[in-house]
Amino acid sequence: MRIVQMQMNKTVRGDPMPTMLKVNGTSRQVDVPGEKPLLWVLREDLGYLGPKFGCGAGLCGACTVHLDGQAIRSCITPINAVGEGAITTIEGVAASAVGKRVSDAWVDIDVPQCGYCQAGQIMSAVALLESNPAPSDSDIDAAMAGNLCRCGTYHRIRDAIKQAAGGANAR
Amino acid sequence: MLADRRLALKAMLAAGGTLAFDIQIAGAQGAKPGGAASARINAYVAIAADNTVTITSKNPEIGQGVKAMLPMLIAEELDVAWGSVKVEQAVADQSRFGEQFAGGSMSTPMNWMPMRQAGATARAMIVAAAAKQWGVPAADITTSAGEVIHAASKRRAPYAALAAAAAKEAVPDVASLKLKDPASFTIIGKPVPGPDTPAIVAGKPLFGVDTVLPGMVHAALLTAPVRGATLKSHDAAKALALPGVRKVVPLRQLGHDDAPVDALAVMADSWWTASEARKLLDAQWDNGGREKHSDATFAAAAKAAFAGAPAASVRKEGDAAAALAKAAKVVSAEYSYPFLAHATLEPQNCTAQVKDGKAELWAPSQMPDEGKGMVAKALGVAPDAVTVNLTRIGGGFGRRLQSDFMVLVAMIAREVPGVPVKLILEREEDFRLDFFRPAGFHKFDAALDAQGKLTAFRTHLVTFGAKGQPGRGGELPNDLVPANLVPNADLGMTVLDSNVPLGWLRAPGSNALAYATQAFLDEVAAAAGKTLPAFMLDVLGEARAVVPPKIPGVPDIFQPPPFDTGRAAGVIREVMKNAAWQEKPAKGRGFGFYFSHLGYFAVVADVAEADGALRVTKMWVAGDIGSTVINPMNAEQQIRGSMIEGIGHVIGGLKVPVEGGQVQVANFDAYPLPRIDVVPPIEIAMVRTDNPPTGLGEPALPPVVAAVANAISSLTGKRVRSLPYQA
Repeated sequence: MRIVQMQMNKTVRGDPMPTMLKVNGTSRQVDVPGEKPLLWVLREDLGYLGPKFGCGAGLCGACTVHLDGQAIRSCITPINAVGEGAITTIEGVAASAVGKRVSDAWVDIDVPQCGYCQAGQIMSAVALLESNPAPSDSDIDAAMAGNLCRCGTYHRIRDAIKQAAGGANAR
Repeated sequence: MLADRRLALKAMLAAGGTLAFDIQIAGAQGAKPGGAASARINAYVAIAADNTVTITSKNPEIGQGVKAMLPMLIAEELDVAWGSVKVEQAVADQSRFGEQFAGGSMSTPMNWMPMRQAGATARAMIVAAAAKQWGVPAADITTSAGEVIHAASKRRAPYAALAAAAAKEAVPDVASLKLKDPASFTIIGKPVPGPDTPAIVAGKPLFGVDTVLPGMVHAALLTAPVRGATLKSHDAAKALALPGVRKVVPLRQLGHDDAPVDALAVMADSWWTASEARKLLDAQWDNGGREKHSDATFAAAAKAAFAGAPAASVRKEGDAAAALAKAAKVVSAEYSYPFLAHATLEPQNCTAQVKDGKAELWAPSQMPDEGKGMVAKALGVAPDAVTVNLTRIGGGFGRRLQSDFMVLVAMIAREVPGVPVKLILEREEDFRLDFFRPAGFHKFDAALDAQGKLTAFRTHLVTFGAKGQPGRGGELPNDLVPANLVPNADLGMTVLDSNVPLGWLRAPGSNALAYATQAFLDEVAAAAGKTLPAFMLDVLGEARAVVPPKIPGVPDIFQPPPFDTGRAAGVIREVMKNAAWQEKPAKGRGFGFYFSHLGYFAVVADVAEADGALRVTKMWVAGDIGSTVINPMNAEQQIRGSMIEGIGHVIGGLKVPVEGGQVQVANFDAYPLPRIDVVPPIEIAMVRTDNPPTGLGEPALPPVVAAVANAISSLTGKRVRSLPYQA
């Protein structure tokens, strides 16, 4: 899995301009500077509060969403880099078969503790299974190491990914 | 009285005091109704027409699982099916709910009986109402899964049919309640998932940062890089020129009484805009000489302190100096550990609306009542004028026991009366404004007699605080194991001043003391020709309750709890058995034991080297938290989470360096918390003993730190006398 990370210029920003975004299958127009990070457009302008702010620097993964099926860190992705791409957030991820399986496994295994990182974890897990339907432990580690869980729910994250992949519920 | 309570709370948060709490179950009066077409029976229970039961969870949920655990206790004695229960978060109102906080692993021991009694009270009122309606003795009525049953007349009715009448019944005396026999529990002890799990997985707004109110503005905060520095001057022109910026407000000496800060708050129509404007603030700070504080000066001060006697004595038993002088063997070593941050994944944040002498807050606080008082004081209003709604909390770990963010947002919101303001700290500010786990330096000496028996234990702790008093989590307890178990003990401490504010981090005190003492004792055990668990069993001796010396000025019920050597030995033996501990363990295996927050935990860790890095390959843990694990589904997570956090204290480089008065951590790249790829298999065993159930948020952590450090010592042949481990 490729993690798309686009560094934006932190101090320059343009005037608000109308931009069309495709989020969870719906086209939505926003009127904000093109440098505004996707995370804050989703949270403030479009009302998708599922993606979370953790670090603002692409280090914790709490803000993970999909851009054309790839996991990206929305806190460091300016919307002018999104273009025509299809964005999927935690609110829309269960619309796909893999997304539904992963979400169901997350509930079934009761993965969350505080829950703050889990939207990002699920988005990374779905992106992993979309590209690798039967990941090994080391595949899971490699794909999920960008998502910090401060509570340490990692065992259950592994279990849930395996359950969603249809494998054994092994540790 | 209030001071007593605060002191008591502090004692409990630090280590877990002994307990004696009265239940006061408020009736339905003054409470919000339980929703449409439902009858509220008491502060905790409302029953709807369709027989669903809304149970109020009084304490803040930080991921420790109280939102399932507390309602489980109520539902059990109310005698309803868990599937019919909806859980609702209480507002902060201690007049109705008693203590409402998330800390000290206290929710279980403080509420095990009171919440069951709350459920039993509501059940008794429903039964009384049925008895009246049916004209039969209450004693002939039974209940099951939300139904009232009179077997003789074959009558049954759902609770819903009686709830309105039950609400008018007299609240029965607690002494008259008959609680269930644990053998008949149908909810307690069964795995129950978190009530919010489906909403979390669906990405629903639950957390403090998700608060959205009509007309709300967003705030970001700029504080000084050097904690405690005062604002000399600033130029807000560039920030104000950014479209969308509403206001820049200087805040002076606010937040927390112990560590007030100067700050500039930017209010804007978007948090991103506020955050961008924050970078444009031209602020000048007066460091007031605080640049002198650094790791190097702390280490030098500790070295100087070790050259002399401790500034204060915590415990003197027998004559440690004499015992050391005549010992067959003396083991001496120095240990140290760094400041640590809480680094909750949800940054500190809070939302407030202030108008006409009243304030309403939406607060992710672990101690909301204290925050409410702080806000009232800052605004100059009565506490009753402040309403605090509790949001779900994206990680606590003790950070949010300090409610500084509540004060900061309230004082920002005061500048825009009637307009709700949501303050979110940048990650950099979240680190700057943390209240850190104190660093510490230990000098240890231990005496062994010719038989390898521990005859004396002495330590000098150099810790941090103010005016000779250790700060939060920097105390040296007088019942430190093994000082409480040897004939000659000498515990002393010296307190260093710094500008680093201190706070309770998960298992405060214990998370550092367990490492230092158990790693040192691993050295002592080796000198005695034993492994640490075998040595610990010797030191523990026969099963008995060891009662700590009384702490002056602390009420009896909040004195530190007795230490049960039998329970300690029980978990040590259990983990030795499960890990197949041998007299000569393989290289890379380490052990740790600790008692904190009323829980006894022993851990074995295996460490190996792969690709030039150390990793924990397996861990075993045995714990004793009494007779009952209330929610095994969550208990497993609390233990694993503690153990993963414990690995992070040792391997990976977790520390908060201080240079020039500044903490040298601004984001997660410099604070490498454990990721999924470092997590080993963990085998958990609970030892059940006939003791009241106690909490699980913290006590599993401290021994892990020691076990991992000792495992590394075993692997490398070099003692890990300083954390984090460095090759």
